[in-house]
Amino acid sequence: MLSLVRSLWEVFRHAFHPRETIQYPEEKAYLPPRYRGRIILTRDPDGGERCVACNLCAVACPVDCISLQATEDDDGRRYPEFFRINFSRCIFCGFCEEACPTYAIQLTPDFEMGEYNRQNLVYEKGDLLVDGPGKYPDYNFWRVAGVAIAGKDKGQAEREDAPVDLHNLLP
Amino acid sequence: MNNLFPLLVIAVVLFIVLNLSAGLIWVERRLLALWQDRYGPNRVGPFGLGQVLADSVKLFTKEDWIPPFADKSVFVLAPAIIVATALLSFAVIPLAPGFVIADLNIGLLFFLAMSSLGVYSVVLGGWASNNKYSLLGGIRASAQMLSYEVFMGLSLLGTVILAGSFRLTDIVEAQRKMWFVVPQFLGFVLFLIAGVAETRRLPFDLAEAESELIAGFHSEYSGMKFGMFFVGEYIGVILISVMISLLYFGGWLGPILPPGVWLAVKTMSFICFFILLRAALPRPRFDQLMLWGWTCLLPLALVNLLVTGAVVLALS
Repeated sequence: MLSLVRSLWEVFRHAFHPRETIQYPEEKAYLPPRYRGRIILTRDPDGGERCVACNLCAVACPVDCISLQATEDDDGRRYPEFFRINFSRCIFCGFCEEACPTYAIQLTPDFEMGEYNRQNLVYEKGDLLVDGPGKYPDYNFWRVAGVAIAGKDKGQAEREDAPVDLHNLLP
Repeated sequence: MNNLFPLLVIAVVLFIVLNLSAGLIWVERRLLALWQDRYGPNRVGPFGLGQVLADSVKLFTKEDWIPPFADKSVFVLAPAIIVATALLSFAVIPLAPGFVIADLNIGLLFFLAMSSLGVYSVVLGGWASNNKYSLLGGIRASAQMLSYEVFMGLSLLGTVILAGSFRLTDIVEAQRKMWFVVPQFLGFVLFLIAGVAETRRLPFDLAEAESELIAGFHSEYSGMKFGMFFVGEYIGVILISVMISLLYFGGWLGPILPPGVWLAVKTMSFICFFILLRAALPRPRFDQLMLWGWTCLLPLALVNLLVTGAVVLALS
């Protein structure tokens, strides 16, 4: 019986405690720098698309919200013909970012993406692409990858040796 | 003028009670939030008061569905009973000296009768829903009401002995020297517990225990019928709070302020206490509730009655 009175008193004292609620639209909650929110597609420092349409993000995605189609431009660079993320499915787990071999897909600390129309939550490539390199300012996939594209042949990438000529015995 | 005065009283009482019971939705949510370190509804209108309006519009515009397997007439009748009986009790409640609809000389008995009739609403609602959880809720409500009604009446008899009347006005006037909460402290505690059980509020809301009975007797209700149960519950809370302040805390008696204000202050603090009970206490198991009622509270009420009677007899 006394314990009931005591718990009544303890609860009553909470009337004088500060409130925990964050009044959201006026007050913003603190978001850690690595908070995982809205997904973006980044670009190389020289402005080219980083995404090589390898499909690893779509495979890693546990809710299958990423859909893309690979194609190749005249320079021999692979890029996605379309790249679509259905944010009404996305759970912001960040697996796509981990899977991405070119740092193209990245999660940002923005979560304010409410929509009245569900269809508006399907983001196309134009909505996802940003102009900057995101978290990796100096990384350029095509400059370090040993893939031949127009203007950069085999062996011309950074820290890449010239290819060995297997038909030549000269040292 | 004399003929119009009772009508005026009725209008004022209805206005106050119905508006207060609607406003209590907001009061309860804000107070619960306060005690849980939250804000509660604070967006709609000043202090979130528009929430009351929004809630009622929502309730009125929701689908008012009667399940095909329900007993239709009883199903519709049940929510009306709880509001009607609770409102009828206010007929004998004096809000200020002379400001009462019917100053019956058996006012207290009328109040007890009406609050017991209220349980029909719950039982019939649970029965007519034709749903096992609702029926369980209704059965629980009737068992709980039977056990707690007994010592509710007995605990009140102490005040009747002291005041020598069943008329609520006389009981209040008899407290000019001392509030009855002092000589009748045990009776006050017992009446408080019985009152909480009577209104089926937490921690005695076993009839609608969400975790076990899925809202119990009003599982099948929707729209304003569901709202009527809540209005009835809130009117019950106001009723019990008014009764506590009338019977044990001197009703409208108090210095400086006008009588009606004193009663309002006392009533509001008891309403807040009801909400504090909900915020703080867990729900007992049903057998614990019944055991407690019959083996602890009923004997205490009898002892209280016996001692009060003996003391009054010895002093007279």
